[in-house]
Amino acid sequence: MIPFEFEYIKPNTLEEAVTLYERLDSEGKEPVYISGGTEIITLGRLNVLYTGAVIDLKSIPECHVMTRENDRLVLGGCCPLTEVENANPFPLLTSASKEVADHTARTKITLGGNICANIFYREAVLPFLLAESTVTIMGPDGKKTLPINDLFDQTLQLNKGEFLVHITTDISSTKAPFFHMKRRKQWTTGYPLITVSGMKKDGDIRIAISGLCPFPFRSERIESCINDRFNSVEERVSSALQQLPGPILNDTEGSDQFRIFTLKNILSDLVKTLEGVDH
Amino acid sequence: MTNIGKSVIRKEALDKVTGRAKYTADFPSGEMLHGKSVISHYGHGTIKSIDVMEAKKEPGVRAIITGKQYPLTGEEIRDRPPIAFEKIRFHGEVVALVVADTPAIAKRAASLINVVVDPLPVVNSPSEGVSKDAPLVHDNVAEYEREEGVHPVPKTNIANHTKIRKGDMASGWAKSEIVIEENFSFPPSDHIPMETRSATAEIRPDGKVLITTSSQAPFMVKELLSQYFDLEVGKIIVKTPLVGGGYGGKASVQQEILAYLGSLAVEGRTVRMINEREEDMITSPCHMGLDAKVKLGCTADGYLQATELTYLVDSGAYSDKAIHLSRACAVDCTGPYFIENIWCDSYAVYTNHPYPAPYRGFSHAEVHFVFERAMDILARKLNMDPLELRYKNAIKPGHTTPTQVKLNRSTVGDVPMCIEKVKQLSRWEEGQLIELNERTVRAKGLACVWKNSTIPPESSSGAIITFNEDGTMNLMSGVVEIGTATKTVLAQILAERFRMSVNDIYVKMTVDTQSTPEHWKTVASRGTLMGGRAVLAAAEDAIRQIKEVASCVMKVRTDDLEIGNRRVFLREDPKEGLDFRDVVYGYTFPEGNAIGGQIIGRGNYILRNITYLDPETGAGNPGPEWAVGAQVVEVEFDRRDYTYKIIKAISVLDVGRVLNYKGALGQVTGAMSMGLGFGGRESFVIDDKARVLNPQLRTYRPVHFGEHPEYIVEFIETPHIDSPFGARGVGEQGLLGMPAALGNSLSLAAGVELHHLPLLPESIWRKKEGLNT
Amino acid sequence: MSIFQYVVLKINGEDRPVMIRSADTLLEVLRNELGLTGSKPGCLNGDCGACTVIVDGKPMKSCLMLGVEGTGKEITTIEGLQGTAIQQAFVEYFAFQCGYCTPGYIMNCQSLIENEPKATDEKISEWLKSNICRCTGYEEIETAIKSVLRESNSKDRPISRESEMD
Ligand SMILES: Cc1cc2nc3c(=O)[nH]c(=O)nc-3n(C[C@H](O)[C@H](O)[C@H](O)COP(=O)(O)OP(=O)(O)OC[C@H]3O[C@@H](n4cnc5c(N)ncnc54)[C@H](O)[C@@H]3O)c2cc1C
Ligand code: FES
Ligand code: FES
Repeated sequence: MIPFEFEYIKPNTLEEAVTLYERLDSEGKEPVYISGGTEIITLGRLNVLYTGAVIDLKSIPECHVMTRENDRLVLGGCCPLTEVENANPFPLLTSASKEVADHTARTKITLGGNICANIFYREAVLPFLLAESTVTIMGPDGKKTLPINDLFDQTLQLNKGEFLVHITTDISSTKAPFFHMKRRKQWTTGYPLITVSGMKKDGDIRIAISGLCPFPFRSERIESCINDRFNSVEERVSSALQQLPGPILNDTEGSDQFRIFTLKNILSDLVKTLEGVDH
Repeated sequence: MTNIGKSVIRKEALDKVTGRAKYTADFPSGEMLHGKSVISHYGHGTIKSIDVMEAKKEPGVRAIITGKQYPLTGEEIRDRPPIAFEKIRFHGEVVALVVADTPAIAKRAASLINVVVDPLPVVNSPSEGVSKDAPLVHDNVAEYEREEGVHPVPKTNIANHTKIRKGDMASGWAKSEIVIEENFSFPPSDHIPMETRSATAEIRPDGKVLITTSSQAPFMVKELLSQYFDLEVGKIIVKTPLVGGGYGGKASVQQEILAYLGSLAVEGRTVRMINEREEDMITSPCHMGLDAKVKLGCTADGYLQATELTYLVDSGAYSDKAIHLSRACAVDCTGPYFIENIWCDSYAVYTNHPYPAPYRGFSHAEVHFVFERAMDILARKLNMDPLELRYKNAIKPGHTTPTQVKLNRSTVGDVPMCIEKVKQLSRWEEGQLIELNERTVRAKGLACVWKNSTIPPESSSGAIITFNEDGTMNLMSGVVEIGTATKTVLAQILAERFRMSVNDIYVKMTVDTQSTPEHWKTVASRGTLMGGRAVLAAAEDAIRQIKEVASCVMKVRTDDLEIGNRRVFLREDPKEGLDFRDVVYGYTFPEGNAIGGQIIGRGNYILRNITYLDPETGAGNPGPEWAVGAQVVEVEFDRRDYTYKIIKAISVLDVGRVLNYKGALGQVTGAMSMGLGFGGRESFVIDDKARVLNPQLRTYRPVHFGEHPEYIVEFIETPHIDSPFGARGVGEQGLLGMPAALGNSLSLAAGVELHHLPLLPESIWRKKEGLNT
Repeated sequence: MSIFQYVVLKINGEDRPVMIRSADTLLEVLRNELGLTGSKPGCLNGDCGACTVIVDGKPMKSCLMLGVEGTGKEITTIEGLQGTAIQQAFVEYFAFQCGYCTPGYIMNCQSLIENEPKATDEKISEWLKSNICRCTGYEEIETAIKSVLRESNSKDRPISRESEMD
């Protein structure tokens, strides 16, 4: 039960959404965009999140695309994760997506919602960070397209009134060899203890991690340690572990020490898996 | 026999698969008001102020209850204010209650109430609770009103102390050539019934109190409300429809009190309370934590000689059922072994944690984790197969229990046979530890179990049967249908006695304390014994009446008559007889005279020969019989990552007699699943301020589909003579050895002794690496 | 545009006009406004699956969806499912005890049967992990769903569900 009241509006165009946002904002309604809408329900219920107006992006065609244009894959922010998995245009994304929440919840959770989530794992962003995709944003200043790695710093850095329309990825990256591992506190249900995505592109290994810090990230410093082929796998992994950003999570899913221990093993598996393969 | 042992489909099956089955919160809300609790975010503190100004302004708010002093509540010690007064003693405790027109308004208003608290130092484990300079959770427990037989220690956190003194410890230790001493512990956790608790209360102008509640103990709700609030007990009417899982958690009386207070605050209008999951986990009673110490000794050839045990039950902030739980820890303080010399101190210790309700197995899975892990450690020190050690020491008829009850063939199941069978089913001989590759091993762990109940001597059960015009029957029993299919089993028992089809017996599912005969509580796996005996007595009563009428009509002696297939007939010539339809509403002679009348069968049962425990030695007969079993868990463990999968879980249980095969199987595998969850993943994560960090199913995760192992279950049938058809309890036993067997398999696999639950990859890693846990 | 909305929801083939809070979840609308109490609240947080219904052919946790989001969609609740093979299988294989998780579990199973009639063990596990049953050990549920899938496969229905792209 959400204890507060809000208006619910479902615009049909990008422009309409922005106009609505500005108006509702000026009325002091603290509007939010939603795609899957699960967070406003689950966090609203706990009074962690408040809004007086919900703008549902699901009816905007651009937000719901799943197409291949020339050599690019375009995925709308409002695509439910299960739809992306079934179509399977980007196998690493499918692997990452299938580990988020559970199957039924993923019929509601969307790509855009997961990437822009308040719940900080945002596991579906990992493949896009590795593929160096571009994101298309709509906002009061109109539409713009930027590299995701410029815009994503812990969260997608959106200005007020902006929202994610879709994400574009080179087909070549969607076909690159990859590695994905989600390890949980116990067995096969729940949030990550550690999730690691890897991709081999242009001869180098790329790595992005969720569940280690209160945000997902891709780190050049970790990658350069890992790609230092003069050293043994063990040495590369242990020097990568020196380059971790902070803070390391120490919470109900596990301690910081155990996360690092687990990460160490996963990283060496990742290197061993991807080292051998050629693109 | 036609019905017994058959997998009769439960009576309410079709309702349950079509969404028609009604649980407490499914009844239309109509004119109801809605209650919502404001709960504490602190583990321990003094309430400075509660500001309700903003909340009061919300349109639709009808009442806000705070701070006022209501009578203290609690089952054996009256130590709990229903709404916190002056002091907060656990995270999740109710500090205020809002009653409003809609659930949304109630919740909104509740979130506007500002509670200012001065935090106090917390007691964060029972061991801390008994340490010398522990803060006191209650200033003086001895000053509270309490029931007979409760032994608190004044001005400490000890709410109850139970002693077991059997044999002569000095001689026991003298004969012990091998001795181990170990400490075990686990934090509190929760039952997680899928239906969260809900209750409604209404107070009528004539003082009648109408309660509907998702409870395992509607008759207790009636009794306790009457005691707590000095109400005339006959004016309290409690209804319980189907219950969406209980596992012991719904045997405590808590939310009903809030609904009653809510209704009292709004001139008796109906008030509904529905727990959100978070409240159901921490505000309502949970599953106890435990700190334990074991010293165990045996001869060099593996015969147990002596054991000394200390159990510190995490009683949480209020003692409620913890007193009884700690008593049960003492009663069956060891595994199912014969040990001549036993010394056990079991304490219920106040902490600043949520307080416990019974949990499936009533302290036994908890004690077994401790004792059965100790058995494996002892076996390792002896260099003996842990199965052999158990077999050698298995308790048998003629032996005495920790409370000095001498066992016979009926009062205890067959432990050696369970061990032999599980040995075979688990392929124990192939080896306990098998290396699959350089990283992965397969390991088996064993645990033996037993359980008696410790329910009060005066507990009784009643049953009524009535007839329909066509000779079919209606059965009414106070057993609540919480999922165990006990009501269906009772119908099978009745059908068996009447030699008729179980399909011709209709069962009343809802319990209504005004019209259903009492069944003390639907707990302790005693529904079949007590409810079943009451049904059999009711059957005899009805049969006697039927035969009386028939004997008059047929002009024969009653003892020449038999019944079957809805007829009463002459034993010698079954064709000679009367249909029930012509008898059960009176027999009318052709000329018009009628005799007899409506036949109503009534029966009851009360446990016999149960005694209170001697306060100094613990000697006494706690319950009717010990059900026993042997269980094995097999894991595949990754020695590099410390991750594991549970491959197989095996139970061999002596259930006396299987009454409904698939029903029994489901009870056992369900209990095993719950036990594996408790052993492998489930616990509250509690921070240093005694706050529970994971009161949600997102972060507190019971076993999910796909995480379940292959289950293998076999039943042994050593009858319990007093019970209908010899049946022993079956609802809890499957759980009892799971945490221990899992712990034993993982200790072997990881090559390190594990002492704490839950058995997470991280905790195994920490133990192996020598890090603090 | 208001905190209350008048909507028409298509539930079990019937149009159901109803006035609701925009902030009400579909679960709350079904239970409190329409009296369809077969869908159960277990967590209101998307974690337990007791509230599962089928929306446009896909399983949906009705506590994760606003009632207003339901307009224009085909919603099936347990009340709309009568005499199906999966319901029979649940009875036959004792796939429930207290029955509280059962409506949600059955809706998820039904959707799986409709969407993935050739489901592999892995697929079954992926889908059915979305619900919690605290009473059973899941084995009975597994037997029930597999019996239905086996049955429908033996009828040799032509099935092809290739990915939409590629
Ligand atoms: C049962 C369950 C389990 C979960 N388990 C996991 C897990 O294992 N791993 C994991 O990573 N996450 C997990 N989550 C979190 C989940 O992925 C996020 O909550 C996600 O936000 C839900 O997606 P949504 O589409 O419903 O988001 P919404 O509720 O629609 O939005 C989430 C946030 O993103 C913003 N937003 C949405 N769309 C856009 C857009 N197009 N542009 C800009 N901002 C936008 C919203 O304003 C809001 O702040 C779980 C959630 C649930 C319910
Ligand atoms: S109530 Fe919807 S998932 Fe639990
Ligand atoms: S049958 Fe009780 S939760 Fe599944």
